[in-house]
Amino acid sequence: MGYQPVKFYQTGSFVVGNRLLEAQDRTVQADMKRTNSLTLGHRACQGCGEALGARYAIDAAMRATDGKVIAANATGCLEVFTTPFPETSWQIPWIHSLFGNVAAVGTGIAAAMKVKGRTDIRVVAQAGDGGTVDIGFGVLSGMFERNDDVLFICYDNEAYMNTGVQRSGATPPAAKTSTTEAVGAHPGADFGKGKNLPLIAMAHEIPYVATATVAELHDLEYKVEKAMSFRGARYLHVLVPCPLGWGSAPSDTIRLSRLAKESGLFPVFEAEYGEVTGSSKIRSQVPVEEYLRPQRRYQHLFRPSANTEVIAQLQAIADKNIRRFDLLDTQSQSTSGNSLADQEALQTR
Amino acid sequence: MLQQIEGSLAVAKAAALCRPEVICAYPISPQTHIVENLSVMVKSGELSPCEFVNVESEFAAMSVAIGASAAGARSYTATASQGLLFMIEAVYNAAGLGLPIVMTLANRAIGAPINIWNDHTDSMAVRDSGWIQLYAETNQDAVDLHIQAFRLAEEISLPVMVNMDGFILTHAVERVDIPEQEQVDRFLPHFEPKQILDPNDPVSIGSMVGPEAFSEVRYLAHAKQLLALERIPEIANEFDSIFSRYAGGLVSKYHLDGAETIIVAMGSILGTIKDAVDELRDAGLSIGVLGITTFRPFPLDAVREALSTAKRVVVLEKAFSVGLGGILSANITTALGNSAIKRYSVVAGLGGRSILRSSLVDFFKLADADEIGELTFLDLNHDVIDREISRMQTSVRPRPAAERIVHDLGHSTKAN
Repeated sequence: MGYQPVKFYQTGSFVVGNRLLEAQDRTVQADMKRTNSLTLGHRACQGCGEALGARYAIDAAMRATDGKVIAANATGCLEVFTTPFPETSWQIPWIHSLFGNVAAVGTGIAAAMKVKGRTDIRVVAQAGDGGTVDIGFGVLSGMFERNDDVLFICYDNEAYMNTGVQRSGATPPAAKTSTTEAVGAHPGADFGKGKNLPLIAMAHEIPYVATATVAELHDLEYKVEKAMSFRGARYLHVLVPCPLGWGSAPSDTIRLSRLAKESGLFPVFEAEYGEVTGSSKIRSQVPVEEYLRPQRRYQHLFRPSANTEVIAQLQAIADKNIRRFDLLDTQSQSTSGNSLADQEALQTR
Repeated sequence: MLQQIEGSLAVAKAAALCRPEVICAYPISPQTHIVENLSVMVKSGELSPCEFVNVESEFAAMSVAIGASAAGARSYTATASQGLLFMIEAVYNAAGLGLPIVMTLANRAIGAPINIWNDHTDSMAVRDSGWIQLYAETNQDAVDLHIQAFRLAEEISLPVMVNMDGFILTHAVERVDIPEQEQVDRFLPHFEPKQILDPNDPVSIGSMVGPEAFSEVRYLAHAKQLLALERIPEIANEFDSIFSRYAGGLVSKYHLDGAETIIVAMGSILGTIKDAVDELRDAGLSIGVLGITTFRPFPLDAVREALSTAKRVVVLEKAFSVGLGGILSANITTALGNSAIKRYSVVAGLGGRSILRSSLVDFFKLADADEIGELTFLDLNHDVIDREISRMQTSVRPRPAAERIVHDLGHSTKAN
């Protein structure tokens, strides 16, 4: 696994300063030769998780391929804020076609590279959760099923943020969106709806599936590089908080990403050929309230009084994730991470 | 080489001769034989290098073609009817992005009611999408138009749709001269994309354009179509010089010199129309035929010039704008402007209904005498229509109309 085995808790965030790591273990962003694939000047909101995730992911893909990446982008925030005509923030070859077809556009590019004998050039298709789990789902499943040589990255902010925060198939239960308002007997999105794309991707038995958050960017980079070590269809699902849609402070983007993982609501794991090969352990478990409370989309769960029943339902989801993906590791939780096994893991990865 | 060959196989061979690098397709009747044949050529290695992608929908087919074309690969797909409608968002997108994709459309009706047979409702649904639309009259035409289509598409960086009538052409076995590879190579140069996704020279394709520049970008698309209007006849001449056969061009003319009545149509029906016209000319009528080979861009000047001697124009078309009437007719009217030439529309052959030569002869005679209305639906069974309309007016729940009509027809057939 790529999770940092070395843990220095001085920042209170599990963040490790790059200067404390060996050069080869430092982040791509710490490298003077990083490509700045998504460069300055774009128009993302303050605290945008997607802008951060995309920058890290694509730069990591660039490093893994020696700068040979072509990106296809679905319609959505990432497309809109990076390419207002006649400007572009992309310093890599990049194409936007439609909302629901980015996986197929990726397939087309990969087919072109194959036929031209340029399989050294790799393809990344990227979309938000709407372009992935809803409108782009058919073509994504087709790309998976054919095992086309495309890395698909979903930046999941759990609703249609670009159009004004409407519910998507990735919107979690109880979350308020502009089409699941905090009104009526069951405020927010319904329980029992929505789909888990990483598991669906795994059901296609594609070479590699992983989830990540923008709280652990080194892990995100590792997973992109790992994905690039495979040929065929690969899927990376990145949780990217959206201050606008979630009603959270821009400065809380990283913290909320971390709390999503630490609560168990967003399991961080990897899978190869349909089997889970590892999960990122929860380092210090928190109740789901801690994740929910800073977000206005869950405000109705706490005001005027705490809706303990619904919070318990959400906690049950987190608990199920913890069981399902084996997210609690009592053994390593107490160690400082400098065990021999961890050292070996660091060297062999 | 002359071969007795099915239209679909002929077109597959023509497409293969153009050395496409990426072919993507989803099966839909009556397009299937084209892509089946191509898949065999790719799998057997006969067509190489080429990637054949079995996609999960037409929307994906066009999207794969978009990605492949933007990455610099010569890209080809084929579809029909519902398939074209399912990919329509990507159809517009390919044109907007200026990607030189070539697509065969095996023209077929659009449901409901579902119908797999030929008419032009599908291609008419995307007439404003920015694609160039060419119509084949014969399978030889279909072959030749495909070879010209790649040349045209790549020269002006616009997608080209080659229309061939579903079943009538795709499944008809007839004599076709399949060109030699050497001839095609001489005619069609290596694909040099006008824009390409290349890590060595990164560009962003498909950025968002606001009101400040959208009109200009759209006008450029129109200007490229106007450029195609000039290039299409030139390309047809160049084709003639290499293949010793004229094909393509903007329009085809048959006995137009001084003709007082001119029939205008597109596609395979032109053959039957010419037979009917021969018969009428033998009977002394002054009648000729104008075939529209290039429907988009619409050759306004060529049409105006070709129809200049006419007293009346009868536009026969296999599609119509519900609530208005003929679509090709409206385009012809744009060409004619406020001239005194009388215009008639006749809608025929919908959903594969046979257009009989005898019906055409009778109808053209009436037309020649100005004894037809502005809009006629050829061979329409008015009894059935009247019964259904009265049922709709008298019954609260008359049940699905299509099923009732088929039921009625069954009864009347039995009674006869």
